[in-house]
Amino acid sequence: MITVSGWADTVLVCIVLTSFVLLGSSRLGACIRVVAFQGVLLGFLTLAARQDDPSLRAPILALVSTGLKGVAFPWLLFRALRDANVRREVEPFVGYGLSMLIGTSFLAGSLWLAGRLPLPSPTISPLVVPVALFTMLVGLFLIVSRRKALTQVLGYLVLENAIYAFGVGLVEGTPMVVELGVLLDLFVAVFVMGIAVFHINREFDHIDADRLSALRDWAG
Amino acid sequence: MIPSLLLIPAVGGVLAYFVRRAGPRRALLVLAAVAHAGMTAATWRVEPAPAWGGWLELDALGRMFLTITSALFLAAALYGVAYLREEGHGERRDVEEGFLFDNAPEATFTACLLLFLAAMTLVTVSQGFGLLWVAVEATTLASAPLIYFHRHHRSLEATWKYLLICSVGIALALLGNFFLAVAASGHGGASVRLVLPDLIARAPGLRIVWLKAAFLLFLVGYGTKMGLAPLHTWLPDAHSEAPSVVSALLSGALLNCALLGIVRVQQVCAAAGQAAFGQGLLVGFGLLSMAVAAVFILGQADYKRMLAYSSVEHMGILTLGIGLGGGGTFGGMLHAVNHSFTKAMMFLVAGNILTRYRSKSTEEVRGVLRALPASGMLWAIGLFAITGSPPFGPFLSELTILKAALDQGRAGVAIAYLILLAVIFVGMATAILGMAQGVPRDARMTARAREPLLRVVPAAALAAVVLLLGVYIPPAVRTALEDAARALG
Repeated sequence: MITVSGWADTVLVCIVLTSFVLLGSSRLGACIRVVAFQGVLLGFLTLAARQDDPSLRAPILALVSTGLKGVAFPWLLFRALRDANVRREVEPFVGYGLSMLIGTSFLAGSLWLAGRLPLPSPTISPLVVPVALFTMLVGLFLIVSRRKALTQVLGYLVLENAIYAFGVGLVEGTPMVVELGVLLDLFVAVFVMGIAVFHINREFDHIDADRLSALRDWAG
Repeated sequence: MIPSLLLIPAVGGVLAYFVRRAGPRRALLVLAAVAHAGMTAATWRVEPAPAWGGWLELDALGRMFLTITSALFLAAALYGVAYLREEGHGERRDVEEGFLFDNAPEATFTACLLLFLAAMTLVTVSQGFGLLWVAVEATTLASAPLIYFHRHHRSLEATWKYLLICSVGIALALLGNFFLAVAASGHGGASVRLVLPDLIARAPGLRIVWLKAAFLLFLVGYGTKMGLAPLHTWLPDAHSEAPSVVSALLSGALLNCALLGIVRVQQVCAAAGQAAFGQGLLVGFGLLSMAVAAVFILGQADYKRMLAYSSVEHMGILTLGIGLGGGGTFGGMLHAVNHSFTKAMMFLVAGNILTRYRSKSTEEVRGVLRALPASGMLWAIGLFAITGSPPFGPFLSELTILKAALDQGRAGVAIAYLILLAVIFVGMATAILGMAQGVPRDARMTARAREPLLRVVPAAALAAVVLLLGVYIPPAVRTALEDAARALG
């Protein structure tokens, strides 16, 4: 039988794997699906972390977050992708191989850093902090290293996922209304960003964020 | 009382979206603004009861910022009516590149404006850190569509940068929240609730390492939103591309909301005996912001961008004040009040100039005093107020901060502060006086234009407040600021 920690460990390792898939995949559609899958994994993590909590809090949160991250966000993003009618490739500034290599160094760095952080209370799994740190770094890296506005949204989502994982794994007793508020904000953020991606496409005939460079202080 | 403060703009915003005719919708905007301002004024007489188990409470600092927000919103709403009447709908020509563009539907704009007010109100009344975060992120989301009112590629670029940079920044502040929760998790199982009074009461028991890490994340996270250099990159774009009435709110009200987030954590740090840790960082960020602003203000060719960099400068000044501690904190808080009113006034006037001259270039605009006498006068007054000349409010607060630096024997900080202020004065005076004086290039402009009352009176009222604050600080305001300063150590 697998223990509490066992479940949580499995989910966390899967999150690391999804992050690596994101770093290496070239299709936008695949990236959206992977981020959605990561959202579903987080739902499982919520359940695994709060197994001994008798109230309905954990199941409700898990359900809402899975619904948003696993269903609603991919739907919004796929719609933006279809409306935008762009080339379905990620077009990175940093190649896929190098991205993977950088990802590996992120993982090593996170493990090293997490080993040095003094944790006050026992967590559901010793992997929570390193995995959360690693996923955050991957999210930030995706934002700066990919050209399309849509991939930047995905990077932002990965960053949010990481922070959420940190919260679930380490912090107990955040009031539910705050957690739901965070999710609501995230939903509106993705909604607004989706609209912005659509407009960027209509205005420029592409969704390459790097060509958004008209605003500057000195011409040249 | 607190719930109704939140509900008035929120419900008004939803209604505004569904009202089809422009007249009633604009009336609704003004009505909601007046009701909100009235309620806010009432909170100075009757202490509002805490709501929702202590999560929502209006303390002295919150009330101060709520009052600023509400007053500015009222001014902006009145100005907005005139603005929307002139610029609300129909195709128009871009002032810089000459292409045709449309505006966003006015209903969406009005709705977002009111929801923006609701989100900012929530920031000022939140005592819980989680809720504060939710509210700050909500202000970003409600204001992004406002920046994209003029539907063209530059405003879209500004909106995208604003959305992405601020969202990522604020995500770091969420991590800060979790770090704070770890810092507050008890040794024997009982954790402290993440509500300001609880945290302050039990501050000595917090885990210092995690508290410091949390402060850093909050500073970077909310600092992005507040426009502290080097995290300010979204700010000049957003402020220059948004309609002037929105720029006024962004600069005058929104930046304060982010500041409030940082001040709240600093309150906890101070209670835990770690005030010095945060103060050192705040002084550094403050001076850096002023320096970056000075570089970009000198020779700035776009007057709305110049005002935006001036906001970066003033956020630097008040961060510096809070970082100095003691009398400096009082000065910093007072400066937040002064800057809000002054900068909002200047953006409203900049909107009038932009409408008349159809140019954002400091070179092309000449003779504002002739073409738009009232706006020109306010524009010149604004220059002296914003650069800290007597007898206006900012002079007093900037002097208080200087005095705090000298009292603490930090001559290096004081000298750098004075030099940067002088450089910025020269930069802004050259641009603004050049615009105000002279003869308009276009002969048709020499004739005086009729200036609609609603486009002048709100700005004039704000200018009057700035002047008043320079000669007399009402005792209630002084007490509130002193309380705030004490809480920050």
